[in-house]
Amino acid sequence: MLLVDIKKKPGEFQLDVSFETRGETLALLGASGCGKSMTLQCVAGIIRPDSGRIELNGRVLFDSKKHIDLAPQQRRVGYLFQQYALFPHMTAAQNIAAGARHLSKAERQETVARIVRQFHLEGLENRYPAQLSGGQQQRLALGRIFAGQPELLLLDEPFAALDSYLKWQLELELMDTLAAFGGDVVFVSHDRDEVCRLCDTVCVLTDGRSEPTVPVRQLMASPGTVSAALLSGCKNYSRARRLDEHTVRCTDWGVTLRTAAEVGPGITAVGVRAHHIVPGPGAENNIPCAVSRVIEDVFSTIVMLTTPGDGLLRLELDKEAWARLGQPEKLTVHVLPEQVMVLTGGAGCTT
Amino acid sequence: MDWFPLLNSLRIAVISAVIVFFAGIAAAYYIAKLPRLIKGVLDVVLTLPLVLPPTVVGYLLLCLLGPRRPIGAWVLEVFGTRLTMQWWSAVFAVTVVVFPLMYRTARGAFESFDETLVQAGRTLGLSNTYIFWRIRMPCCRQGILAGAVLSFARAIGEYGATSMVAGYTPGRTATVATEVYQLWRIGDDALAMRWVAVNIAISAVVLLAVNLLERRRGR
Repeated sequence: MLLVDIKKKPGEFQLDVSFETRGETLALLGASGCGKSMTLQCVAGIIRPDSGRIELNGRVLFDSKKHIDLAPQQRRVGYLFQQYALFPHMTAAQNIAAGARHLSKAERQETVARIVRQFHLEGLENRYPAQLSGGQQQRLALGRIFAGQPELLLLDEPFAALDSYLKWQLELELMDTLAAFGGDVVFVSHDRDEVCRLCDTVCVLTDGRSEPTVPVRQLMASPGTVSAALLSGCKNYSRARRLDEHTVRCTDWGVTLRTAAEVGPGITAVGVRAHHIVPGPGAENNIPCAVSRVIEDVFSTIVMLTTPGDGLLRLELDKEAWARLGQPEKLTVHVLPEQVMVLTGGAGCTT
Repeated sequence: MDWFPLLNSLRIAVISAVIVFFAGIAAAYYIAKLPRLIKGVLDVVLTLPLVLPPTVVGYLLLCLLGPRRPIGAWVLEVFGTRLTMQWWSAVFAVTVVVFPLMYRTARGAFESFDETLVQAGRTLGLSNTYIFWRIRMPCCRQGILAGAVLSFARAIGEYGATSMVAGYTPGRTATVATEVYQLWRIGDDALAMRWVAVNIAISAVVLLAVNLLERRRGR
């Protein structure tokens, strides 16, 4: 169980993050520069928060009021760096052994052998990191962390340094590793797909501020804030004003929409996912648009539509579905009220 | 053939290289921690001898160490010895000229060191002593060694400042470089050519060593 509630103000930027995990994998989701890595560094003890408290499985790692600030060496926190930070002058086996220095020599050798098997590094023991592929390097870095038996795992964009064709295989491996670990994991990412597949809960960071932690499914279904909606992959949003409990005026799009969700007084915007926009008129929420651009993507067609208020809508459909529409200049689309996401807050650093 | 110039060149180069080795590393390590403004100024001052003509460095040294100049006069009075025109006077000249090479390469080695390695070491529970000696130093070692060897090579080849501060006295202050100039001046081409060959051989070997170090570093 990990409890984090910290503040830090290095210069203009302000970090104000709080979240907790109970044995699950939590994603810190945010655009770059939002303070995700800084948060991990605070938890690991590499940088010191100005104030707050960090607690891991009942141990206090940091408490500004009680002047507790454990050194990274005492925290038992495994940190997977973006570029893995393998020691370049040590072989794979020596790198693993470096993670098990607290053990006796015999135990250390045993640990190295066990980690080599567990992370499929057989035959690579005497290679230097530069002689390993990206995937092997990541396995070695993870193995080195597990040699020290950490209580918490921090993963800083673990797939950022990899070619896309390698990513999937490693993601599958990481799923197994995380399942076998069983402890708390904090996974930093800006990729909602990764987060969706690997994490249980998610905490969105905007400009250094954390939003309440929610289950991943909930973030995708009703993100709540504009920045969360953007990070969850929502492509369409418009500033909006509340008209009544289930009606909003979308000022950018110049239309009035019915929503299934209740509209609170704090509404600032609405969002609609690109694949939730249905071509053709429906029972309600019709939006008469002009087709402004058609872009052929790999497996789908992206149609950019100009709305009555001169706003833009992004519609994604199958190539065949678009072909059946016969290249119209004008196209009326509709959105089901349950697909209109009611959002609060500003966009923050994601814009 | 009188081998004195070679012996003299080598002892000057070895002494200067050792001084420059420690001074350069210390300067690189501590200056990196200073505030930006002071760092910028010191950086320019310490690198200047690399780009100044050696004669200018020699002239400035004579301004300090000459028998009628402040430091030189004081030493002459207290210790009864001149600081110039001795074989070891060349050490002053060579040290100043070569220092920027060592300082720059050491600084480059420290700067290119990836601090996340230290952070990783700490999260892995490694002690700070272990991290300094077993991670930071080995990672910078190749660069520092290459700088040292390069400094030594340059030290053997120094001519301009040396000839001004130590002069040319056969059998006393002559170095390979000043010997070649002297032989050319009196027209002894055969002997000059021999010293040229000796000089090229030594420098080539040293540079080969630099290349080998660089290659191991790139591993």
